Amino acid sequence: MTELLIGTKKGLFVLEGEPGTPFDVSARAFAGEPVEYALRDPRSGRVLASVTSPFYGPKIWYTDDPAGEWEQSRGVELPAGGESALVRIWVLVTGEGDGTVYAGGDPGVLLESLDGGATFELNRALWEHPTRDKWQPGAGGLCLHSIEPWPGEPDRLAVAISAAGVWLTDDGGATWRRGNEGLNARYLPEDTPADEVALCVHRLGRAPARPERIFMQFHGGVYRSDDGGGTWTDIADGLPSDFGFPLALDPADPDSAYVIPLTADIDRVTPDGIVRVYETRDAGATWTPRGDGLPPEHAYLTVLREAFGHTGQGETLELYFGATSGAVFGSGDAGTSWFDVAGHLPPVLSVAASRSG
Amino acid sequence: MPTVRLRGPLKRLAGDRAEHAIEGSTVAELLLALERAHPAARGWILDERGVLRPHINVFVNGELGGQETQLEAGDRIEVLPAISGGR
Repeated sequence: MTELLIGTKKGLFVLEGEPGTPFDVSARAFAGEPVEYALRDPRSGRVLASVTSPFYGPKIWYTDDPAGEWEQSRGVELPAGGESALVRIWVLVTGEGDGTVYAGGDPGVLLESLDGGATFELNRALWEHPTRDKWQPGAGGLCLHSIEPWPGEPDRLAVAISAAGVWLTDDGGATWRRGNEGLNARYLPEDTPADEVALCVHRLGRAPARPERIFMQFHGGVYRSDDGGGTWTDIADGLPSDFGFPLALDPADPDSAYVIPLTADIDRVTPDGIVRVYETRDAGATWTPRGDGLPPEHAYLTVLREAFGHTGQGETLELYFGATSGAVFGSGDAGTSWFDVAGHLPPVLSVAASRSG
Repeated sequence: MPTVRLRGPLKRLAGDRAEHAIEGSTVAELLLALERAHPAARGWILDERGVLRPHINVFVNGELGGQETQLEAGDRIEVLPAISGGR
């Protein structure tokens, strides 16, 4: 059975099913509230959810049963009495350390939990980074949206902020350095200094079988790094557009990546009304459109940053993505064919998949 | 002493009790004192800066107030979600 945790503008939806057939809604939580992201921690089975109440502000909640009671995580806040308030938690990611869970959010913040998400603590080094006063928000705010642990090395982490670029740590977050060499921001002047940080990274994805390799969807560009995020090479040639948000990888194949291009930053819909996922199996040298079973015409969908999840690997890699239209699509064969998972959910903000049994 | 009345999740977070008699010469002082008395409610009405969340309304004796509104003994304060937040 595959479980999808789908964060929507109007609550969390838990869907269950088998690839190839529509899924059933097995639970709904936080009805009416935006659920930015939800995650089932594979180590504990605990489900965590980031909820941004329009009234009461951003919170993280956790439970062992999404249909039951939820508890509020503690420490999801900025320092009291300062000039900033936490706006939103964009993403939750399990770390390499026992019980480690990361939360990334707006304004460009990383929080860390060592107890499976019950309590969080702000990463002070990134919060107090001397370049912070130069960081600029993207359209969605100053969001820290990508958190990529290094398998087997709990002190190494790559994060990305829109629009403050890639930041790398090798000492568990005590210090941070830039990872932006090779990125070309078309929205900046050509003579922009090399240490410019106003870089609008949209999504990172690390290849677990080759951790020094990271793929990136940029605000105009798709890139690959083979040195852990220090330098980047443009691999967008062959895509119908180099603009988009989501990114997925096949954990078994470090040469693989999937993107869902949108037309452009001023027209954030699937190009020409055709919904297609693009797959590379040669590290970005070539891209293959995957659209068998997806809407072939008159479909102008917007797929948001976190709305592309996956589970499994290899030939049975399952891929799932949702659109702001409320439609959710899935593939049980690594993108070769697609099926309708759900058609009429609220606007989809995020999709996370896991497999049991 | 002013009395603040809470509903919904705020009531639950404040010991599942709707009415609380709390000292405070302004709305902000009263809400900070409420948070100190009921830490589970911290961050729900005021953000980390101590600023009233944008879609929370505070009424004092039936009239819309702000966090600087002065309070007197016997004032009745209601904390309610604003209709502006219900998109």
